[in-house]
Amino acid sequence: MVVWKDLLVERRSKETLNAVFFFGLLLLFLFQFALGPDRERLAGTLPGLLWLGFILSGLLGLGRTFVAERENDCWEGLLLTPGDKSAIYVGKLAGNLLLMLVVETILLVLFGFFFNLELAAVLPALAVVIALGTVAFAAVGTLFAAMTAHVRARELLFPVLLLPVEAPVLLATVKATEAVLLGEPLGSVAHWLKLLAAADVVYVAVGVLTFDFVLEG
Amino acid sequence: MASEALIRVAGLRKTFGNHRVLDGLDLDVRAGEAVAVLGANGAGKTTLLKVLATLVRPTRGTATVAGYDCARDAERVRGQVGLVGHSSYVYEDLTAAENLTFWATLAGLKLTEAARAAALAAVELDRAADERVRTFSAGMKRRLSLARFVLARPRVLLLDEPFTGLDQRGKKWLEEHLAAFKAGGGALLMTSHSFGRELAVADRIAILAGGAIALDTARGSLSADDIHRLYTLHAEEAS
Repeated sequence: MVVWKDLLVERRSKETLNAVFFFGLLLLFLFQFALGPDRERLAGTLPGLLWLGFILSGLLGLGRTFVAERENDCWEGLLLTPGDKSAIYVGKLAGNLLLMLVVETILLVLFGFFFNLELAAVLPALAVVIALGTVAFAAVGTLFAAMTAHVRARELLFPVLLLPVEAPVLLATVKATEAVLLGEPLGSVAHWLKLLAAADVVYVAVGVLTFDFVLEG
Repeated sequence: MASEALIRVAGLRKTFGNHRVLDGLDLDVRAGEAVAVLGANGAGKTTLLKVLATLVRPTRGTATVAGYDCARDAERVRGQVGLVGHSSYVYEDLTAAENLTFWATLAGLKLTEAARAAALAAVELDRAADERVRTFSAGMKRRLSLARFVLARPRVLLLDEPFTGLDQRGKKWLEEHLAAFKAGGGALLMTSHSFGRELAVADRIAILAGGAIALDTARGSLSADDIHRLYTLHAEEAS
């Protein structure tokens, strides 16, 4: 129900999708102008750049997770609704995941176009890495967006809280993406993938278990 | 009236920092009864409602709704109360019908098209059912917020200045709806700082001053002038 509501609101307002997409596009332009066509120099930086684009546009989208709830005190309405509040977290997480994956897919296509990359061969492996990394990123992002929803300096506090917690995820995703873009099989980065899968499980579980307390404030 | 007390507040104290908003408040509201709590701005009326709605935890004392403690049994209390505060709790980019579907489903209600249409018709929003709330007036939003409780049928309604923002027709509708709610055995607690329609609905008047109920009396025994005089007297004493 929460996913349905969030997607409906987003479909009508298009506020988050437009902002995140154009921000990501702007980043790609900047990277392209800054790095130029030197493929050797690009090879070492591409995985980091790709995830920098995902993370920065993701921060923008995740930070807006509870914007609709701030209008007319709907946050209070959620709190007053009897029942398991973790369902609200799962709904919000699912909505964020869908939005982030749509934006990441578009950015990935544009990334291939801007940097003249042949992504078709590595796409399945890359999709696994991106999916695992995005779940971990969105799980903590959704929880922290709820924690900072009523803080005055939330735009500042949100990334300051989120990025340190995501450091192991970022390290694993960038390393795994680097190997995948170089054409290595997924088996060669199994240790990073295991770390990502473990982070997904831990972060989602923490979100489900603590969301009630976060909502209650 | 010998019916059970659905709202029971005893020795309630609530402080925010050094500021004591409620201090030793006692109040009972029985099933089928409506109580209007009158008080000046800042007297603690909204805080009292928020404690009963489980949004604010009491510092001391107890508040129970339908026998459930508001601090320890918040989830059960939430299943019994409906709060209509200053905010409407509606999503601006959803239609009136979608808002009802969302809140009803989230509350675990099995909502049929017919029940939703009936709830919207009850608040006279049936013709605006498919319009986005963003285009609604404040009064329409308030009526939509009340439509949630037409569906949920809580045992206790907590209303913070319920007639504010409604036009004459809306006020008349709300008055009738609250009378029907009382007749159905529900308990009503309303707050106000004016002497409006709340008084017509109320069976008892309670004046909140100095953090406690300074006067609690049957509505029928007092004229509007009496209430105004007592309110002024207690408000001045408290300040």
